Order: sequence, then structure tokens, then C-alpha cells
Amino acid sequence: MYQPGKNYFETNRNSINFEFQSTFMSTNSTHLADISDIKKMMEKSSRFISLSGLSGIAAGLCALIGAYYAYPLVNAYNSSISNRALIQKQYQSSFEAGVGLLESPLFQMAVYTFIAALLLSFFFTYLRSKKTNTPLWGSVAKRLIIQVAIPMVAGGIFILHLIEQNALTLIAPCCLIFYGLALINASKFTTAEIRYLGYGQLLIGLISLWFPRMGIYFWSTGFGILHLFYGVIMWYKYER
Amino acid sequence: MNPIAQLNKFFDSRIRLGIMSSLMMNEDISFNELKELMQITDGNLASHIKALEENGLLKVNKGFIGRKTNTLYSITKLGEKTFKLHIQALENIIKASK
Repeated sequence: MYQPGKNYFETNRNSINFEFQSTFMSTNSTHLADISDIKKMMEKSSRFISLSGLSGIAAGLCALIGAYYAYPLVNAYNSSISNRALIQKQYQSSFEAGVGLLESPLFQMAVYTFIAALLLSFFFTYLRSKKTNTPLWGSVAKRLIIQVAIPMVAGGIFILHLIEQNALTLIAPCCLIFYGLALINASKFTTAEIRYLGYGQLLIGLISLWFPRMGIYFWSTGFGILHLFYGVIMWYKYER
Repeated sequence: MNPIAQLNKFFDSRIRLGIMSSLMMNEDISFNELKELMQITDGNLASHIKALEENGLLKVNKGFIGRKTNTLYSITKLGEKTFKLHIQALENIIKASK
């Protein structure tokens, strides 16, 4: 039976619309979609994309809070130059020296700050991976961690040796420099923008080499403010 | 020459494109990783992998993690070449239409 009026017209128009769309799709936008698909797949399979901007913000805040509490300690070390050693006594063995370092309040503060920053940034990244439905752990995450760990572990050993040599003014610059290098290394395996954070840390680290007693200020600028800045930008750009 | 003719019919499927794209970026990649990336069923993925393998575009390396089989896939020289030509063709089409 003939269906009068509007209904007939509607279906007809829809089919015209569909035909127009499919012709158009097959010429150009399919190819564009293909390319964007390829790009997305290449990224997704080789980069850790769950890294959240909020992680950067959290790490920055941890660093600033840590620096706030470390400030009087650093000042105390700085003000009495004869007593400047982080490890205050002379130790017989490197084992004893190691224990002395572990007992130093500044070192403990640094460890707490690091752990807090790590846990919080992991937490926000975990949330994001849940939200975007991408697996958190896989070969991509593994590769990223290895690439970050290489400069970080090398830097860590280097800095322990600096402490051993009592070259304390070099600690903050070296933290920044090695961390910057780690981020630049990592940028191939996660959000590419992290490269700029790496350049920033590296630059601040290098500059701070010429301001020996001001390590804490540079340290807070790099680990605190740069992280915050980076985190806010990334969050604004991708997660809002 | 009509740039559309240069397109490889074999890559009409999005899934094949996806598999090839991720193989390009990784030395090797496991079945489960591909499945997670593509979000498709085992059977669907397996049939596309088989087609790609039969055409010499990817190679299969069977290995073990403990007692569990761990099948890794990697791209062949031919696969790389074919896929790059396909991308080049896509680029040409888009350039030509601008």
C-alpha cells in the first residue's frame, strides 16, 4: 500500500544523501581516514600514551613541597662551610659512609619526595589508562621504563659518587641534567612533548652549574615549576 | 597514471592496515598485543594474520614463555616495501585532490 506524503520523501532523501556520502567517502576521506588510522596505530603500538598531565602536576607539587621542607636543611649545610659535608663524619668504610648517607635527613627527605611523586604520578596515569581503555602494562611500557632508567641509574650512581667526593654543589645540577636526558630519551616512547620538558630540565641543570650555592632554587624550578607547567599544558591540551 | 591504481587492494581492510602499521613500529609484537591494539576477536585477527603471512608480508616466530606458547610477529622486507608503497600511493591521492 502506498504510504502518503512525508514518509516517502524522507526515505528518498536519505538514500540520496547516502549515495552522495558514499561516493565522496570512496574518493578522498576514506584515504584520509586510512592515513589517520595508520598514524594512530603506529603511535598506539609504539608509544605509551596514557601518561597524564595530572601526573606532571602532582610530581611538580611534590617537588615544591619537598623543597620547602628541605630548604632549612640545605641552608644549615650551606651556612657552616666547615661543616658542609652531607655525611658529617669521616667513615672507615664505604659501608659506614652509606649508612651515614641513609641517616642524613636531607637524603631521607629526597627519598620521600621521590616516592610520593612516583606514586602520585603513577596513580593519575593509571586513572587515565582506565579512562582511555588502553592497557597500562605491556611491551611499550616496559620499553619506556628501560629508556628512562638508563640515564637515571647512571645519573644516580654518578651522584652517589659526588656525595662520596663531597662535591655537594654538583648534586642539584646533576639531578636536573640526568633527568633531562632521561626525558629526552623517553620522548620517543611516550608523548612527544615530554622532549621539551627534558630540554628545559637540561638547560636549567647546565645553568645551575655556575650558581653553586643556589642549587635548591634551580632544583625547585626544574622539578617543581617545570613539571607543573608541563602538566597543566598537557592536561589542557589532551584531557580536559 | 591514475594514483588510485597504485593502491594495494590487499590493504583495503582496516585491520590489515592496523597490523602492518604496528609491525612497522616494532621489532616484533605478540598476538595478544595486536589483539589489544586492534580490539578485535581472536578469529578475526588470526585470519588476517594468516592472509598477511601467506603473502609473505609478515613472518611468524613461535616461542615459549615457560610452557606457554608465545607467538611473535614481525614484518618482512617485502612487507615493509609493500606497505611503504601503499602509504606513498595514499599520499599521492591526497596531494592530487588538493
